[in-house]
Amino acid sequence: MISLFEVTETNQMIEQEQLDVRTITMGIGLLDCVDADLDALNKNISEKITRTARDLVAVGDAIELEYGIPIVNTRISVTPIALVGAGACTCPEDFATIATTLDEAARATGVDFLGGYSALVSKGMTPADEHLIASIPEALASTERVCSSVNIGSTKTGINMDAVRRMGEIVKATAEATADAGSVGCAKLVVFCNAPDDNPFMAGAFHGVTEPDAVVHVGVSGPGVITCALQEVRGANFEVLCETVKKTAFKVTRAGQLVAQEASRRLGVPFGIVDLSLAPTPAVGDSVAGILEEMGLESVGAPGTTAALALLTDQVKKGGVMASSFVGGLSGAFIPVSEDRGMADAVMRGALSIEKLEAMTCVCSVGLDMIAVPGTTSAATIAGIIADEAAIGMINQKTTAVRLIPAIGRDVGDTVEFGGLLGRAPVQRVSTVGCEAFINRGGRIPAPIHSFRN
Amino acid sequence: MSKTIITVVGKDAVGIIAKVCTYLAGNQVNVEDISQTIVQGYFNMMMIVDTSGSATPYAEMVADLDDLGDAIGVKIRCQREDIFTKMHRI
Repeated sequence: MISLFEVTETNQMIEQEQLDVRTITMGIGLLDCVDADLDALNKNISEKITRTARDLVAVGDAIELEYGIPIVNTRISVTPIALVGAGACTCPEDFATIATTLDEAARATGVDFLGGYSALVSKGMTPADEHLIASIPEALASTERVCSSVNIGSTKTGINMDAVRRMGEIVKATAEATADAGSVGCAKLVVFCNAPDDNPFMAGAFHGVTEPDAVVHVGVSGPGVITCALQEVRGANFEVLCETVKKTAFKVTRAGQLVAQEASRRLGVPFGIVDLSLAPTPAVGDSVAGILEEMGLESVGAPGTTAALALLTDQVKKGGVMASSFVGGLSGAFIPVSEDRGMADAVMRGALSIEKLEAMTCVCSVGLDMIAVPGTTSAATIAGIIADEAAIGMINQKTTAVRLIPAIGRDVGDTVEFGGLLGRAPVQRVSTVGCEAFINRGGRIPAPIHSFRN
Repeated sequence: MSKTIITVVGKDAVGIIAKVCTYLAGNQVNVEDISQTIVQGYFNMMMIVDTSGSATPYAEMVADLDDLGDAIGVKIRCQREDIFTKMHRI
């Protein structure tokens, strides 16, 4: 029988340490919506999403109320739209109409974000991929809840450098198209290498073609819970430190597993995966940087940061894998700058550079995330940063991503306010040493030798 | 049907258990176990209850107990037992 001590511990995690379920994300396949007529396609998409996700928000609310654990977001991911719209869209403007349809469907179902305005171009781009990518700035400027992602490389295919160069231009154009709102369009655009098919977290979520017609994924959270657990073992050796993280991650993930199974049962949709990622928020005490500093770093960014993040990510996985029947998505630790108050503070005090963040992405679950850079940063420099991140992902057989925000009209020393979970980002210095000739070569970087495993 | 855990946390006062139990009895909720501690004047109680005989919708019971807690000056939470057993039992 459960004890008073255990009940108190769980409720303390929820009430004082920001334990929550960050997102219940329903993946919805749209391939059966395909039609050569654009109007019919849009109608089919709208009907499928609003029918399948009709009860999603209500079920999330009911689970939150009955189990007493906050469910912060309910979201939808869909099949990459470059595939869905390929037969009907002959220009970027055609694709933008689908973005509008998705935005309306997101409002109708009550979800805060809908991901999947995406293209998978790790080896090459179809005309539909090129049109969708060209439409991204307009699509993100004219919608509120639609999120976009483009996968430009993988360990198995290498890196599509034509797509990398193009995405440098698209990130810049998206920043300019949403300049009035702090270039917030870029917060809804992720460039991936090795993008997973079952990621529940925005802005990079899409419903991969390997998935069933509909599926429920859950993303847990819990940086605050880990930080509080580590406060109890200050000064202890690494064995104790690692065991503490592992045990705490187990408990956090068990809550996610329960919510995932319950949501799946109530919605009549298969359970997909639990994503173990520690997802910070701008709230005080809900910070991955806070965990690293509790481990003994004066500030995140200090020497030792990469090692601390590596052990954190690994122990979270070890604890989480035991706690869930299916683990997937990104699963590790997120290090977004604007969404993590501790990261943003470290940048402000000059302790955390973009180069150190790049090193950290070698051992965390994603990449350079929610980093504001000067609005004058060139498209080629952005493409160079994307290429570097993609190379880390390709060689290390892991997901990497870039979500940079060239803040138009702002420079180093300024900050950009996005509000809500997106937080605020100090504009960071970026190297201005040129890479145009490298980026402009065109073509592909071949897959690495260790990808040939057959 | 899974059990429900009701927790009551707050400053100790006369009649806290009586008031909570009166509500539960009035709504055909069966109390199966009670444990409590008082540390430095703070009351911490946990009840394991069975709501399967109650006609009161779960959401209504959560809201009623929350209101009752406000009236007594304590925090009353009502949660399905699974959230605790999943987290603390393999």
